[in-house]
Order: sequence, then C-alpha cells, then structure tokens
Amino acid sequence: MINRVLAVSLLAGLLAGLVVAALQHVTTTPLILKAETYEAALRAVAPSYAAFTEQGFSGEAKIVLAHGGDAHGEHDAWAPQDGFQRTLFTSLVTIATAIGFAALLLGGMIAANDTIDERRALTWAACGFLAFGLVPAIGLAPELPGAAAAALESRQLWWIFTALVTAGAIFVFLRMEAPWLRALAVLAILVPHVIGAPHPAAPESKVPAEVAAHFAALSLAVQAALWLITGFAVGRLWPWFIRRADAR
Amino acid sequence: MNTASVSTQQASVSERVKAAAAALALGMVLIYTVGFAASASVHNAAHDTRHAIAFPCH
Repeated sequence: MINRVLAVSLLAGLLAGLVVAALQHVTTTPLILKAETYEAALRAVAPSYAAFTEQGFSGEAKIVLAHGGDAHGEHDAWAPQDGFQRTLFTSLVTIATAIGFAALLLGGMIAANDTIDERRALTWAACGFLAFGLVPAIGLAPELPGAAAAALESRQLWWIFTALVTAGAIFVFLRMEAPWLRALAVLAILVPHVIGAPHPAAPESKVPAEVAAHFAALSLAVQAALWLITGFAVGRLWPWFIRRADAR
Repeated sequence: MNTASVSTQQASVSERVKAAAAALALGMVLIYTVGFAASASVHNAAHDTRHAIAFPCH
C-alpha cells in the first residue's frame, strides 16, 4: 500500500504540477516580474530604509521590505538566472508542491478510511483548497514582491496554525453528528482570525493596487486549480493502480 | 461497490496506519521544503511559486 501511495503521489503531483506550472507561467509569474521592477525602483530610491528596519529586530511587527537589504543573505546566495532557468525551477517547485498536496490528500483519505475515487478525492481537494488556500488568505492575502509584511516567522506560524485548525475543523464538521461538536468546529475556524494575522504597521508597496488585486485573484485561482487537478489525478490514478494490481 | 472500495476495506488496519503515516510525512516534508524552508537558495529557487501559492514569503 505504501508503494501505491508513493506511486500515485508522484504521478498525480507530476501531472497536476506540469499543468499548474504552465498556468503560472502565463498568469502569476508575469505579474511577479512586473512587481519586481517597482521593487527595484523602490530600493534604488531608499536604500537606507531597509538598513534601518534591519536594526529594529524586535520580532514583533517588524516591517521587512521584500528583497530589502540582506534579510536572507540573498546577495551571496545562489539564485536561478532570469529566463529559462528561473522558469525551470519554478516549475520543479510547483511539481514538488503538487506531489506534497497529493501525499497529504492520500494520507488524509487513508487515515479516514475513505474510498479513494474521483468524486471523493475531488471533495477532499476542494476542502484542501479551503484549508490551505482560501482561509489562510483571509488573514494573509497573496502578496507580490515589494509588499510590506510583518516578520516572516510569525506569518509562517500563523499560516500553519490556521491551515491545520481549518483542516481539522472542516473534517469534524463534515464527519461528526453531534451538534455541539459541529458548533465547536465552526468556532475553531474563527479562532485564528479573532487572534488576527500578523500585519505590518504601514503599507509600503509601490506596486499599483490594480496589479496587486489582480495578482491576489490569480493566486487563489492557481491554488484552486492546483488542488482540484491534484485531487482529480489522485482520484483517477488510485483506482487504476488497484485494478492493475488485482489483474495480476 | 467498485474494486477500489473492496480493496481499501480489505487493507489491514496496521497497513493503513503505515500508508497514511508515510503519505502525511512525505507531504509535510515536501510542503515544508518548498513553502517554508529558510535556506536562501531554496527560497530563491522556490520564490515565484511561494508567491503564486501564497505561502508567506520574505
């Protein structure tokens, strides 16, 4: 069964990843490249600002200019060259993401003892998009390079907390009968948003709002596509692998 | 009932636990690496996808 899990995860992720990488290439990536030109202009105008914020390392509500200063030591670190190499790495990472989502989907369905078929896998994938895409985006909207943001670690923690709580709550709501449990699940979904996602003190981006809004919508669509295509592929491939094994 | 459901139900509990654990571990390691790893090289390689999938970036 573990072999089948690995084979289906890899194949479904490869298929979904390739389709979504192509989608990204014509939707989100051009906007990221566009935003980077504004970001570069901003950095040229105010190089001292990034240096200034570097010093205020209190961890709380620190404004970090994306790509600003040496926050990640990016000046020394390897980075893919713009053009073919960058597209290649973006595509590979998208495929890896799809394989990861496919594995999580399979893990959840097997743990829940669900039959893995096309319709059920698609339902799980839609819930995956809600838990890992749409609901975290309520607090941390998809961002273009150049946008001001709170400290990375606190945003990552909030994102992971929100995704896990939402996933668990959706599962409880859909699978449990007791009204108090289902009410608790709804409350649990609200908790991360009552706590609130970490946000910067002031907006910084020089990217036009129209471009940022377009990007946020495209990002959510790309995530939905990634989840649904992954779910569809898992739902088709898993029964196919079983039929093949049974036929032997 | 199709073949899939028969085979899934035939799988022993221990086999299911192992398969689910392996799948979840694989998924979490992959998603952590592509979306969250702090390494500058990994960040740079994953940059455009992290933005597109809205993983917290930078």
